[in-house]
Amino acid sequence: MQAADRKPTTAVRADPVLVRINGAVKHFPIGGFGGLAVRAVDGVDLEIRRGETLGLVGESGCGKSTLARLVTALLPVTAGSIMFDGQDITRLRGSKLRRVRRRMQIIFQDPFASLDPRMTVGDILQEPLDNFSIGTVRERRVRVQELLRLVGLNPNFTNRYPHEFSGGQRQRIGIARALAVNPSFIVCDEAVSALDVSIAAQIINLLQDLQREFNLTYLFIAHDLAVVRHLSDRIAVMYLGKVVETADRNDIYDRPQHPYTKALLSSIPVPDPAVERERAPISLKGEIPSPVNPPSGCRFHPRCPIARAPGICSDVDPPLEPHGAEDQAAACHFAGQF
Amino acid sequence: MAQTLLQVEDLHTQFFTSRGVVRAVDGITFHVDAGETLGVVGESGCGKTMTALSILRLVPDPGKITSGRILFRGKEVTKMTDEEIRDFRGNDVAMIFQDPMTSLNPVTKIGRQIEEAMTAHERFTETLARGRVIELLKRVRVPAAESRVKDYPHQFSGGMRQRAMIAMGLSNEPSLLIADEPTTALDVTVQAQIIQLMKQLNRELGTAMMLITHNMALVASLCQRVIVMYAGRIVEEGPVEQIFNSPQHPYTWSLLRSVPRVDEARKDRLVSIRGLPPDLSNPPPGCKFHPRCPFVIDKCRTDPEPSLSEVGVNQVARCWVLMRNVTDEGVEAAKASALSKDAAAKLKAPVLEVEGDAGR
Repeated sequence: MQAADRKPTTAVRADPVLVRINGAVKHFPIGGFGGLAVRAVDGVDLEIRRGETLGLVGESGCGKSTLARLVTALLPVTAGSIMFDGQDITRLRGSKLRRVRRRMQIIFQDPFASLDPRMTVGDILQEPLDNFSIGTVRERRVRVQELLRLVGLNPNFTNRYPHEFSGGQRQRIGIARALAVNPSFIVCDEAVSALDVSIAAQIINLLQDLQREFNLTYLFIAHDLAVVRHLSDRIAVMYLGKVVETADRNDIYDRPQHPYTKALLSSIPVPDPAVERERAPISLKGEIPSPVNPPSGCRFHPRCPIARAPGICSDVDPPLEPHGAEDQAAACHFAGQF
Repeated sequence: MAQTLLQVEDLHTQFFTSRGVVRAVDGITFHVDAGETLGVVGESGCGKTMTALSILRLVPDPGKITSGRILFRGKEVTKMTDEEIRDFRGNDVAMIFQDPMTSLNPVTKIGRQIEEAMTAHERFTETLARGRVIELLKRVRVPAAESRVKDYPHQFSGGMRQRAMIAMGLSNEPSLLIADEPTTALDVTVQAQIIQLMKQLNRELGTAMMLITHNMALVASLCQRVIVMYAGRIVEEGPVEQIFNSPQHPYTWSLLRSVPRVDEARKDRLVSIRGLPPDLSNPPPGCKFHPRCPFVIDKCRTDPEPSLSEVGVNQVARCWVLMRNVTDEGVEAAKASALSKDAAAKLKAPVLEVEGDAGR
């Protein structure tokens, strides 16, 4: 019950859910006859609770990053709604949208590409404060130094440029920038994937400290399941634009209900030779199908080791329903039956 | 007793830059036995890749092998003529790289590229090479190999490209395959397939493998023996079980505890290694790891760098302290120091007890 311990105590709110994604769809048209489209996100229902870290995993191309951009209103949805603290952000425009955006920030994978090389660190961190007219000029300068200290950097570095920093330090600057406007919700899109192991550990620890200190809610996206399990309270698994399973971080590992989750988990090596000798990865047939023309019925059926196809699996798309442990759901006709 | 395939002795590879001499590989000695799988681990910039490139004499400018010996089956690689080294690359030692897309020619068909790798060495005639291509692609489990030889690299997925690279590497039947981060750019499910493939090939063909990676879990999965590198030096070496179960160098210990495990039930705090790897043009005095070491003692700063000493059966480590001399309290304090800056200071317990004659 780690998540419960960290719930904000000050605000008395009935709804424990901060972000509620209902049937979110994002299609990218690619032209051609019949209006072909990349169905990057194709009907996702997901809840992100206040103060928790929800981990989102899946292979490249499954729609993780697109979902992150929908949740932060950086991309408009094709259909569906995204409720942030009771407000449907897909319908907000102008100043109302700006006000919501102040409460949600995103940290990107590549700390080299996401910082303007011609701006000093001070300017980078002050820009969000300027954008939202927070505080006086003097207060902003003090805030910048405070932000640098928060992420473990020397507060006197404000006049330096991004190239003067290492990858890990740049990622700290990216985190400081996200924190500048006091958000309540931060999306970390592969935030530690580009970093060296020892540096990644520093950033992971920093993210945990900041969450505790500021009651942050995280959506943590990564392809590294070990890192996701380490940081998350709950985990959602995506496959080809859909969420196929959600569960508590331990339940999903101990009792996966969806065969894809089980295969994904079995393919991760563990740094222990004794465990490795025993581990038998479940090998999936073939490769991820194209999101332009996903398979009929359950999208996973052509690669699934337990699929009944032709049959229910190739005919009917299974809904995400409760299976297994409390708070666990899977989209599979034969959930847990393997 | 297995036959020694590759013997590297006191190898130094240096880069001569305007900022000074960068000692990328700084006096390393190791060997690879025939048919074994050796893991080389460490953070970026520790000299793993430069060691591999030195073995193949492919060190880019302004780098040079300045001293040391590289013996392959007793033959000195550093003294080979251009013709001999061309023959050596591919035939004796082949290398595969992290990103298969940049290593493949985008305008040449996959099959043709594998053929070229064979005909270049004149071991196979063109007709013979063409016949072998399909067999090789089947060996690396490329489905529908007969039709896919005519594909271009962009028609292959990342995992398939890496398989094609491995097929190319194996085309001349080398006795050693060096794989530099072969799965880092791939998805976990594909990574599992490639690692499985490398295991099978090692068993079927008896090809020795040198796996260069920062991923300790891959090493645990594939390798029999491990070399841990830091700042261009070997800091620990030994059989994989010993390295993982009783690492003696604090760097190895920290590296193992800095990565989360997918099978961990509790959200334990990660041990992060403070600071950054040293600048190799101006490394710190004494033990090169001392500025980042949680178990540092005065001797580490003042005395010359310790030599590799035996710490177990076939296990050597380069450290004055060694993890077996660190008390449980010391370990807790090191974990706590990752927790917060002042938590470690609050722990008043003795951090270290060195047994035996410490002051030599």
